[in-house]
Amino acid sequence: MLQALEIIIPTALFVAAPLIFTALGGVLSERSGVVNIGLEGLMIIGAFVGIVFNLTFVEVFGKATPWLAIIAAMIAGAIFSLLHAVASITFKADQVVSGVAINFLALGLTLFLVKNIYEKGQTDRINMSFNKMDIPILSDIPIIGKIFFSGGYITSYIAILAALVVWYVVYKTPFGLRLRSVGEHPMAADTMGINVTKMRYIAVMLSGAFAGIGGAVYATIISRDFSHATISGQGFMALAAVIFGKWHPLGAMGAALFFGLAQGLSIIGGSIPFLKDIPTVYLLILPYVLTILALAGFIGRADAPKANGTPYEKGKR
Amino acid sequence: MNLNRYMNILIPIIAVILGLVCGAFIMLISGYDPIAGYSALWYGIFGEPYYIGETIRQITPYILSGLAVAFAFRTGLFNIGVEGQVIVGWLAAVWVGVAFELPAIIHLPLAIIVAALAGALWGFVPGFLKARFKVHEVIVTIMMNYIALHVVNALIRDVITENADKTEKVFPSASLRSEFFENMTDFSRMHYGIFIAIIAAIVMWFLLEKTTKGYELRAVGFNHDASHYAGMNVNRNIILSMVISGAFAGIAGAMEGLGTFEYVSVKGGFTGIGFDGIAVALIGGNTALGIILAAALFGGLKVGALNMPSEAGVPNELVEIVIALIIFFVASSYFIRWILLRFKKEGK
Repeated sequence: MLQALEIIIPTALFVAAPLIFTALGGVLSERSGVVNIGLEGLMIIGAFVGIVFNLTFVEVFGKATPWLAIIAAMIAGAIFSLLHAVASITFKADQVVSGVAINFLALGLTLFLVKNIYEKGQTDRINMSFNKMDIPILSDIPIIGKIFFSGGYITSYIAILAALVVWYVVYKTPFGLRLRSVGEHPMAADTMGINVTKMRYIAVMLSGAFAGIGGAVYATIISRDFSHATISGQGFMALAAVIFGKWHPLGAMGAALFFGLAQGLSIIGGSIPFLKDIPTVYLLILPYVLTILALAGFIGRADAPKANGTPYEKGKR
Repeated sequence: MNLNRYMNILIPIIAVILGLVCGAFIMLISGYDPIAGYSALWYGIFGEPYYIGETIRQITPYILSGLAVAFAFRTGLFNIGVEGQVIVGWLAAVWVGVAFELPAIIHLPLAIIVAALAGALWGFVPGFLKARFKVHEVIVTIMMNYIALHVVNALIRDVITENADKTEKVFPSASLRSEFFENMTDFSRMHYGIFIAIIAAIVMWFLLEKTTKGYELRAVGFNHDASHYAGMNVNRNIILSMVISGAFAGIAGAMEGLGTFEYVSVKGGFTGIGFDGIAVALIGGNTALGIILAAALFGGLKVGALNMPSEAGVPNELVEIVIALIIFFVASSYFIRWILLRFKKEGK
């Protein structure tokens, strides 16, 4: 049992990190009242930029390459998300449709560029990635240390830290208050002198930045190359984590960790005695089924930010 | 002349043109020749009878998935779950096709009906949850897509076959394959499904525009509260709409399962038919005729694109970019509308 946990928990942390980053982006965007179905596409952009940057500059930057690649992906994600921001905030497009277009566009554009740059359907594998590490001191704690703090990737720990930071920003700072007010009652916020459009642009670009990081982390650590199948559904999983986590940064992190656990189980289920007999399909669909059940109110109802999905028009009642 | 009346036609046309122009720019920037690229695309659609046949084959499921998205749209719902409904419909049709031996007159319709029922069931879940628990259908349908993908793969591996990656071909009595079309189009995979798709489009038009139930469904789409006040059962209409939408999607899956491929295989990812259906419905203005035209456009782009790498050296993903941009421009039609109206004012 203990041995099983020593395999499952690090795997869950490792699979969950990209989901946590992306879900945090989703929380920020939806808190400001902009639905972002395009998280999947933004992750694709992040994964693509992360891998291409890594392959191109590994000779130049050496050990620092994966970090710089993630920063590049973050910037690319933020820029790409501007399309969603312009369409859904300025042009008042249907946010769901605009998000769908983002997903299409990201996949088409990245594959087009991959073929243009590498003249084949996928990139080479990267050689420079993050190493597994033990956290000093904490990993020496008996039992817990071995399960939680050793053999993990630094990105997993940063993801958890990021969730705490986002929670602090959203709930404890004036910026967070403005963000939430814009998502709950934009007209009231506008009356109080908050620039609704600006807040929403910032939120959507932050969601692009986080999803870009999520995609790059996934590509750098898990897939290690980029092809059409690198990001297939993780963005939607992150979206599910946002809802499952009730639009709360820490809730989203918890949901992402749980999804990571479920995915981790399906990856390594075969090697664990008491899971061997469960067909993997049940573990594969578990996160989705649970999200539906959560939405249906069996796990406690949560309401989305009130203005979520509606463009703000000045002067409209 | 009332410009607003023509907007519904003008906006998609402008969006398509803008999408193609952006595509040309992207080709230019990436060092390809846009004229060579687009003429390869054109040739890939109309150049040979084989290409024409393949284009029509591709149009067939697009019409149906477009109808599925549009039907939900017209009643105020957004069905992103068409993809999953297509997958379960595909499986159900092939299952009936390989499991029974019946005369064609019963077998083929049975396979299609079962596919429609499977899609309907997949649409019922989000419809029911929306009606009963006010759960947003967008999220549920996305989740249902993944559940469909994994469950169908597991069923193919463990139930229908013994650990194989694809099923047997369906019996000829359940196949839509057409020797006549094969001969005409140089052995393309074009099949009789195109007639089913067109009939389905007529059915949707009739149902929505000419029946009381259709009026009710549209009314619910316009305004839940007003419909409720008028004595309509809003919840039942929401469920019914998702069920019918799912049934169209299920039939789209049957077209692939009984016509194009005649089998179903384990899928590593989505088919794209359902997602492209969203684009088809949007461009088609959610009307039956518009959807047939939009499906023809997208089917042509998709099949024609396959000719682009060999003939012009342009990656066929360019077309995906163009399609995405078209959706984008239609979604942002507020902007196009604004420019058109401004243009009109200044012209006076």
